[in-house]
Amino acid sequence: MSSKLTWRVVVIALSVLGAFVYLVPSISQNLPPWWGKILPTDKVHLGLDLRGGMHLTLEVEAQKAVESNIERVVEELKYDLRKNRFRYQDLKRVGTDTISLTLLREKDRKPFTEMFEANYPDFEITEVPGSAGRPSFRLVLRPKAKEHMMRMAVEQALETIRNRIDQFGVTEPDIRPQGKNRILIQLPGIKDAERAKRLIGKTALLEFKLVDEDHSVQEALKGNIPPGDEILYKVAYDPKTGRVTKIPFLLKKRTLLTGQYISDARVQIDRQYNEPYVTLTFDRRGAKLFAKITGENIKKRLAIVLDNKVNSAPVIQDKITGGRAQITGNFTMEEARDLAIVLRAGALPAPVKILEERTVGPSLGKDSIHKGLVSMLVGGLSVIVFMGIYYSLSGLIADVALLLNILFIMAGLAFFGATLTLPGIAGIILTIGMSVDANVLIFERIREELRLGKTARAAIDAGYSKALVTILDANITTLIAALVLFQFGTGPVRGFAVTLSIGIISSLFTAIFVTRVIFDYLYLQKRMKKLSI
Amino acid sequence: MEFIKPDINIDFIGKRYIAFFISGSLIVATFFLLIWRGGPNYGVDFTGGVVIQVRFDKKHSAAQIKKALTPIDLQDSIVQEFGEKGNAEYLIRVRKTNIELTGLGKKVEGALKNAFGKGVEIRRVEMVGPKVGRDLRQKALFAIFYAILFIAIYISGRFELKWLMSIVMAISLSVVVYIASSFGVKVTWLIVIALAVTLGLCWALKLRYALGAIFALVHDVTITVGAFALTDREISLAIIAAFLTIVGYSLNDTIIVFDRIRENLKRYRKRPFVEIMNQSINETLSRTVLTSSTTLFVVLALFVLGGGVIHDFAFAMLVGIIVGTYSSIYIASPILLIWERSGNQKASRK
Repeated sequence: MSSKLTWRVVVIALSVLGAFVYLVPSISQNLPPWWGKILPTDKVHLGLDLRGGMHLTLEVEAQKAVESNIERVVEELKYDLRKNRFRYQDLKRVGTDTISLTLLREKDRKPFTEMFEANYPDFEITEVPGSAGRPSFRLVLRPKAKEHMMRMAVEQALETIRNRIDQFGVTEPDIRPQGKNRILIQLPGIKDAERAKRLIGKTALLEFKLVDEDHSVQEALKGNIPPGDEILYKVAYDPKTGRVTKIPFLLKKRTLLTGQYISDARVQIDRQYNEPYVTLTFDRRGAKLFAKITGENIKKRLAIVLDNKVNSAPVIQDKITGGRAQITGNFTMEEARDLAIVLRAGALPAPVKILEERTVGPSLGKDSIHKGLVSMLVGGLSVIVFMGIYYSLSGLIADVALLLNILFIMAGLAFFGATLTLPGIAGIILTIGMSVDANVLIFERIREELRLGKTARAAIDAGYSKALVTILDANITTLIAALVLFQFGTGPVRGFAVTLSIGIISSLFTAIFVTRVIFDYLYLQKRMKKLSI
Repeated sequence: MEFIKPDINIDFIGKRYIAFFISGSLIVATFFLLIWRGGPNYGVDFTGGVVIQVRFDKKHSAAQIKKALTPIDLQDSIVQEFGEKGNAEYLIRVRKTNIELTGLGKKVEGALKNAFGKGVEIRRVEMVGPKVGRDLRQKALFAIFYAILFIAIYISGRFELKWLMSIVMAISLSVVVYIASSFGVKVTWLIVIALAVTLGLCWALKLRYALGAIFALVHDVTITVGAFALTDREISLAIIAAFLTIVGYSLNDTIIVFDRIRENLKRYRKRPFVEIMNQSINETLSRTVLTSSTTLFVVLALFVLGGGVIHDFAFAMLVGIIVGTYSSIYIASPILLIWERSGNQKASRK
């Protein structure tokens, strides 16, 4: 064989081999152990519409995280003001990022300003006109600090959700940030979508607050809430009657201990009633804090608050040094387990809202794959048969190129780690139809040249060279459309753009290069005289 | 085997007025259809809302299903049959976005199970909140806009070999659109403006090949939209993808005819333009028919066998390919004649 021909055959053989190597992980379940060391193991990923599962787009309400941070600063400031004996009135959060404060004594103005600027660098302090002798301030969170807080909130939310989903046990979950404050979650093959959503969206803020025993709840309900207190409800749902009862509690606002000090949370079963409950174990700092709180407040009631609802408010009998607490309620086993998961993974720094949700059941996924493959088979076969009839032997050559093309597209998907979606399968099928175009162009040209009287070899030469520019031209425009779709498309549309792009590029290779090699082999090497086209 | 005889010589250009008339009427019909239907039928991807695909163990009428949804106040959602006829599969579409959308899937399942017993299977739920709906609209429109931009640049550069002109066009297009968008013009109008500017520039700069090609594209997509309006199918993101694919495909066709026209212009300098155009179209007819046929084979396979979700996509491709082929022959080429009227039969040959 001429050396040029040999080289080209080698190139094709290597490409085909390479394609197979990339496809093996997707086809075979058991790869030999030495495979993973030198050869690729990336499978072709199936999109949710083919596999079944859930896709969620969440938005982290980062503003709320900033607001709760400001609340915390307000508490710290109260402590600092008291420590320095700055008498004050009207200390409160205003809007998302501002604290307003009025001092009672003019002489505190300068020392306060100095203290504040030294200890609260994230804030900008401005004086505002107030009543005489009472310096008023607006303390505004600096934009950079605010942005940092919001970014941190989103990152923390991402991590927390990832932890929760890890414990939930989904194979191959995909959790990633999108834009400034969104999170994209894909849970393939998930069976109970509702439970997953509940698990993901639960804020799970656990707080321990003291019950205010000195004031009356009834008075507070009428509107006279003592300063520093708040009313939270215990919500009880009776599954038998379907009734919801709300019991009000008057609590001191100040949070003594939060869930961030929890090192473990487990489900236990109460022997007596056979009901599941959750035990909490605090870490060292938490245990110390808990001991201090319980030690200082014996005989008082400590409320356990979960997501701003009172879970229980037991009386502190004794100082608790063991660092354990319990959360009870009418839990089902599943609810208890989910609560434990959520407490272990930590609270969400801000609430999350579901912006978009797409769930595909597994039966639909299987159906879609089946239908996609059948259409590919029928469409592909009809094209193959047609080409064979219309262009005889040359048509069969084009068919070989077509089959190789499909192989290369699938390998390309594995190579790029791309996801195959249902529109992606449609893209492959489209490519089958369009890739034949290149060969049609070449063959029509060859027929023309034959009519002009050229020999087989000359006609092949002329056909290929004249058609080449047109082929490239024509495919570039479809490629432009595919690339634009890739850039702006989401999920399934992106899958379509990927298979279309890979398909076009690979079809150029197979239709032009591979078929030419086969022609050259037959008509140069084997010296066939008559062109069967 | 040959479908098209090599010495075929149909007078395509001669019939162009008939073609113009047919196309014109189809486009006018599209406008009326759109007005009658109250605009294109946008899917939940763009309007926000919920789509639920349900399968029952036996058939029920749409009215029965709607009645079953009354307890959860969804009796005025759109219910239609979906997929293969024998399957008792339905699509329930709720367009409202002012109700609580999360958990709607479960509520609907509950209501349906209450009414029809156990044989209810929820196959798919898609919920798109208003924010994401807006995002997807933006994305789709940007995709269309950029596609127009790049294709306009490519066509003018490649065809007219006036790359400088094409850069001028790209810049003017971007500037005009930027100005329009800073006036807060909505994206749909931005696209119309972009198209108008592109066509106008082609006219002004005498880029007749580009003009012909872009005109044909607009023609194809408009008629496909009309087909959708006629059959009341939904336009989702996947359908926008189909439109862009049709654009790419139709351009293929047009480029191949134009290439041949230019090749023949060089070779047969003495013959009148109309004759050369006819000859070129006839020469490429074989290839055009063949490629369209093979692509139609596969698209038909998708249309018939691909299942409900792909069905609409395949429908768009079907209409688009047929109209695209027709437009390359009867619409794009005759537009090249526009400046020939002004008496210059042999001038401006390239």
